[in-house]
Amino acid sequence: MDVGFSSLRSEAVGAVRTAMVSAENLQLTLKAELSQEEQALTHIRSNPKEAHKAGNEDLKEMLESSKESLKLEAMKRIVGLIAKGKNASELFPAVVKNVASKNIELKKLVYVYLVRYAEEQQDLALLSISTFQRALKDPNQFIRASALRVLSSIRVPIIVPIMMLAIKEAAADLSPYVRKTSAHAIQKLFSLDADQKEQLIEVIEKLLKDKSTLVAGSVVMAFEEVCPDRIDLIHKNYRKLCNLLVDVEEWGQVVIISMLTRYARTQFTSPWKEGAMFDENNEKAFYESDSEEKKGHTEEKPYIMDPDHRLLLRNTKPLLQSRNTAVVMSVAQLYWHLAPKHEVSIVTKSLVRLLRSHREVQYIVLQNIATMSIQRKGMFEPFMKSFYVRSTDATHIKTLKLEILTNLANEANISTILREFQTYVKSQDKAFAAATIQAIGRCATNISEVTDTCLNGLVLLLSNRDETVVAESVVVIKKLLQTQPTQHSEIIKHMAKLFDNITVPMARASILWLIGEYCERVPKIAPDVLRKMAKSFTAEEDIVKLQTVNLAAKLYLTNSKQTKLLTQYILNLGKYDQNYDIRDRTRFIRQLIVPSEKSGALNKYARRILLAPKPAPVLESSFKDRDRFQLGTLSHSLNSKATGYQELSDWPAVAPDQSVRNVEIIEASGSDSEEESSESEKTSSDSGKSSSGSEQSSSESELEQKKKKKTKKVPQKKSKPTAADRYSEIPAVCWSLRASFFFPVTTSSFGPVKTYELLHHMTGKGLAAKYHFPRQPCLYQPSMVAVQVILSNSSDHSLEEIHIGDRSPASLSIHCFNTIERLEPEASVTVSMGIDFSDSTQAANFQLCTKEDQFSVSIQPAVGELLMPSSMTEQDFCKEQGKLQGMNETSATITMETANASSQAISKQVLSVANVGVVSSSQNNFSRFAGRTVSSGALVLVSLELKESSTALLTINTEKTVMASMLLRDIKQALTQA
Amino acid sequence: MIHSLFLVNASGDIFLEKHWKSVVSRSVCDYFFEAQERATEPENVPPVIPTPHHYLISVLRHRIYFVAVIQSEVPPLFVIEFLHRVVDTFQDYFGVCTEAAIKDNVVVVYELLEEMLDNGFPLATESNILKELIKPPTILRTMVNTITGSTNVGEQLPTGQLSVVPWRRTGVKYTNNEAYFDVVEEIDAIIDKSGSTITAEIQGVIDACVKLTGMPDLTLSFMNPRLLDDVSFHPCVRFKRWEAERILSFIPPDGNFRLLSYHVSSQNLVAIPVYVKHNITFREGSSQGRFDLTLGPKQTMGKAVESVLVSSQLPRGVLNANLNPSQGTYTFDPVTKLLSWDVGKINPQKLPSLKGTMSLQAGASKPDENPTINIQFKIQQMAISGLKVNRLDMYGEKYKPFKGIKYMTKAGNLCQFRLH
Repeated sequence: MDVGFSSLRSEAVGAVRTAMVSAENLQLTLKAELSQEEQALTHIRSNPKEAHKAGNEDLKEMLESSKESLKLEAMKRIVGLIAKGKNASELFPAVVKNVASKNIELKKLVYVYLVRYAEEQQDLALLSISTFQRALKDPNQFIRASALRVLSSIRVPIIVPIMMLAIKEAAADLSPYVRKTSAHAIQKLFSLDADQKEQLIEVIEKLLKDKSTLVAGSVVMAFEEVCPDRIDLIHKNYRKLCNLLVDVEEWGQVVIISMLTRYARTQFTSPWKEGAMFDENNEKAFYESDSEEKKGHTEEKPYIMDPDHRLLLRNTKPLLQSRNTAVVMSVAQLYWHLAPKHEVSIVTKSLVRLLRSHREVQYIVLQNIATMSIQRKGMFEPFMKSFYVRSTDATHIKTLKLEILTNLANEANISTILREFQTYVKSQDKAFAAATIQAIGRCATNISEVTDTCLNGLVLLLSNRDETVVAESVVVIKKLLQTQPTQHSEIIKHMAKLFDNITVPMARASILWLIGEYCERVPKIAPDVLRKMAKSFTAEEDIVKLQTVNLAAKLYLTNSKQTKLLTQYILNLGKYDQNYDIRDRTRFIRQLIVPSEKSGALNKYARRILLAPKPAPVLESSFKDRDRFQLGTLSHSLNSKATGYQELSDWPAVAPDQSVRNVEIIEASGSDSEEESSESEKTSSDSGKSSSGSEQSSSESELEQKKKKKTKKVPQKKSKPTAADRYSEIPAVCWSLRASFFFPVTTSSFGPVKTYELLHHMTGKGLAAKYHFPRQPCLYQPSMVAVQVILSNSSDHSLEEIHIGDRSPASLSIHCFNTIERLEPEASVTVSMGIDFSDSTQAANFQLCTKEDQFSVSIQPAVGELLMPSSMTEQDFCKEQGKLQGMNETSATITMETANASSQAISKQVLSVANVGVVSSSQNNFSRFAGRTVSSGALVLVSLELKESSTALLTINTEKTVMASMLLRDIKQALTQA
Repeated sequence: MIHSLFLVNASGDIFLEKHWKSVVSRSVCDYFFEAQERATEPENVPPVIPTPHHYLISVLRHRIYFVAVIQSEVPPLFVIEFLHRVVDTFQDYFGVCTEAAIKDNVVVVYELLEEMLDNGFPLATESNILKELIKPPTILRTMVNTITGSTNVGEQLPTGQLSVVPWRRTGVKYTNNEAYFDVVEEIDAIIDKSGSTITAEIQGVIDACVKLTGMPDLTLSFMNPRLLDDVSFHPCVRFKRWEAERILSFIPPDGNFRLLSYHVSSQNLVAIPVYVKHNITFREGSSQGRFDLTLGPKQTMGKAVESVLVSSQLPRGVLNANLNPSQGTYTFDPVTKLLSWDVGKINPQKLPSLKGTMSLQAGASKPDENPTINIQFKIQQMAISGLKVNRLDMYGEKYKPFKGIKYMTKAGNLCQFRLH
């Protein structure tokens, strides 16, 4: 683990380096742009086109003001812009500066902004990273968690290593809340960079062992997202998850239940005995192949449910009482897919309860009930009345209820259902009335006893005033007649009479088809209908025309004497129709039925082709094949496979090894801290737990474990009396501390970056190297100075295996960059290293190697780069200065260039030479700077007292006298020249 | 999980968007608008809409569509439940959940949404926790904030999130300790034209307003718990205790919450406390129709039936209605054909009636069906199922709280009389 961490850390630091440098550069350039823009704006204030920009400009001003309230107001307006979907990305630099603000609301709004735009402004977003990195180490768990949350939400690929490191650390955090956040962060990192999968799985594995209810839901979510196929990770945690389930927050419950459903289907054998399975369903058995396969097996030994399987069923059952509809639904689907058939019906009542919830909930639940009711009528039959349609229901709800009522219909209840359907037909919602007629048709085909009743009812509807109702009735009657045409010539005659009044194309077409199909039963009417159609042919819809052609052809074959001319007339009309389908059909029919020399062998069979007995259509539920999807899923709802849908596997024939789920009782670190954090609520938690939590866990070992925990708890508390202090809630203070510490430092170090040559491309045979000091704390080791090296290849071939070779002096400690496998021609790469100069300006010599060559190079640091800024107040400065008198003080009077006389200019010049921090000064003629040496941490204090006529007294106080004199020389030089 | 959220108003404008992962262009809503156009009524927009790259799951409440964008498989109810939770939270915070309220409080809305989801997965949805994180805006606080520049964001961090009772905030203090429980029952029924009940059921909720100091542990017992057929609990209720003793034992959240919802077993016959006498006729050939409706109370145990509101969707052929209510006021919208009659209280001595004529489209054939009538009403101080709370006890704290229980019966969304 340690090795892993350090390499990670190095990567992370590398990334920060690059990030920081690019951010610095950017800010510099941006600043320049800003001033240009400002200038431009002052000139064209009145231009109305610029109004929008000017609006943002005043936001920018507000953000840059020193007043907290103005900043907050500005941020609120910006959030308003984001909410409206307006682009506010140009404010990024101004906003991001406030990331470390003391004001919590302001800070939160900045987070909102940052997360929204970080992806678009990757480089600038990096400016904020170090704030979060620092916050990750905060003693307050909420600050750690929120830092991780925001850090991981910034979708910038360059910080992947930093995120990885942060996640790993947070996963081992004492606070379960932080661990929960890290589980969330796993998913974010995975979506940002899928290459991290292996490492993330390690973290998931670790977090799955966590005993905190807070973590369970989130980590299972991460598991489902990252590695849903790694079912082996679940074995050891299965029982724990089952037992924790009741106490997990509701959203986590949904995720865990659906994961456990999948798990159980791979690990346990089927509890569905064949025979008992589909007693209620006389249609094709859904899991037919399955049950057959098992036949031999079950006969040999009776089915005994795995105790773990039972544990899952038992522990999910109380959740049917949850107020969260998603939880209830997920338990229902778990029972549907896992429970023995006779136990499934316990979910019915709860599902029916959900029907009283919001419309959208009803919609989803009804869909699932529709699927269930096809296979198991008995489950919902007692609740039939709950599916009665209300006139206030939305159309899609009504349709679903109809579907279910139709599924539930059997000989016993059909009369009740039909009576109910009759009122629906009268509904003012005509689409719904039409759907009802379809449903009646389905009932009529499914239950032979009522076919005639239904048919008569439908015929009555033919005289309904409403067209859609009539049309739908015709279509349904057509389907019904096909099943038993013999007795029904009366109905066909009746429909032929109605034909003139029906205008809906589908209905007209259906009648024409019926008459054509059974033309021999209505020999007198059929030719007359054709005559009428010949008159109106051109004005009909395409579908009606097609059926007219069909009718004509069929009549021609059966009754050519009367209809020959009519048919030819219609075929001629059809030949010149606009629609090519009709033209094609006409041509085809003509060839088929009209005998001529050319007509082929088919002519003989025309009668058999056109008047073949046709199988009756099967009216069946549209939910028939939905059971291929797991209930409750999006895929089930859409009836098509959604992205990321996990198939539910079939039961295994033989159960895999059960012992994989056995766990030795060990105390995980997670449970300890859980106890700690809930200390403050000990009384309540004990009483709460005892009734809700532990009673669920009935297995012996669980109870023992609990006991153990309890006994362990006592000494632990004593050993950690500081727990309460550690979690003390002083966020405001923490943030303010950071703000004052961190922010001046970064701003002060945004000086011009001097780049030095390390290796010229002539000497390096094409390999060129430059370096600079990014002036950031080195994360490899605090005593090292961070150096950034830009390697570029100016040769015409690629260079391989660039790395650091021997170094001198041998004791020199260098943190090398990782070997660069390959550098293409014209490409360049920035790497960072850390060098411990031990506070001396002695050069660090080392060899830069490629696969073929070695080049000796050296880095000679300027004395100012061996420092790092230190923040202190003026008082502290004076106090420290007082301690470093005598031989620790070096001073010189200098005459400054007039341009450098202002305090800003002085700061700028000093900062360009040395990496020190500005100490805010109350006296105008004093400029003070403070720093520490990187290796030993010795204080270096620089003060500059302005005298008249641009002379000044420069004083340096430090223990490191050699450095002092060198620094004095450098600063003097910087200030005296222009 | 949930990728983005768009709020769409009745006229089809997106007035708020929020993204939890990378930004999804609002053009994805075009698929939603298409579905919206196709739907005849606002409610008819399908809750789940597939698009080439995303799935849209929406809920409609207070005439606002909350459209969530999903990218991969997720239980749809998970999203729907969450969206409703969001609406409930808004309502809790702003009193109403309207477009105006959301726009006025856009910053609070954003802060709430930020806390409620992390990377699309629900983080804090308990109202108690949210209120600790973000204070609900009140007039007083808004004024104070503008003057002093202080904020709505809580300075405290929510300790509740860590505890075993995540629904209750810690350090609750009141000078008056009170616990109120409202037993509200709703009747859903369909009654046919002859006045006989086709289906009727009662469901009830117990809403609580608990303002008690510290960590009180309450038990609530009923005189007749057998009545409760199917129950669902707030997470605070100890399930085992209910299973064993039929007693509600719980550490309550602070403030308002729904303790329990229940369904009364259907074996018990439900007496509908209102009856309707109606005579609605259309004559063939005439452009007039007669409308006559009388309401009366039935089996109300002497309690008054109040806030009665009758609404009916008249047939499309009706052009206008000229009616005369014996009490209350009525409106008829000639466009939607919706008749609504605000009756008020039913006086058993003088039954309210609505009589008059309807004018029909000239020449059109008579509508062949009679409308259905939906009725809303309230009865105070009575739970129609007869459910009675026996006692409420408090453990764990020393003070003596003030306890109150109120009963009410009202019509559910679905109390309707079929006149055909």
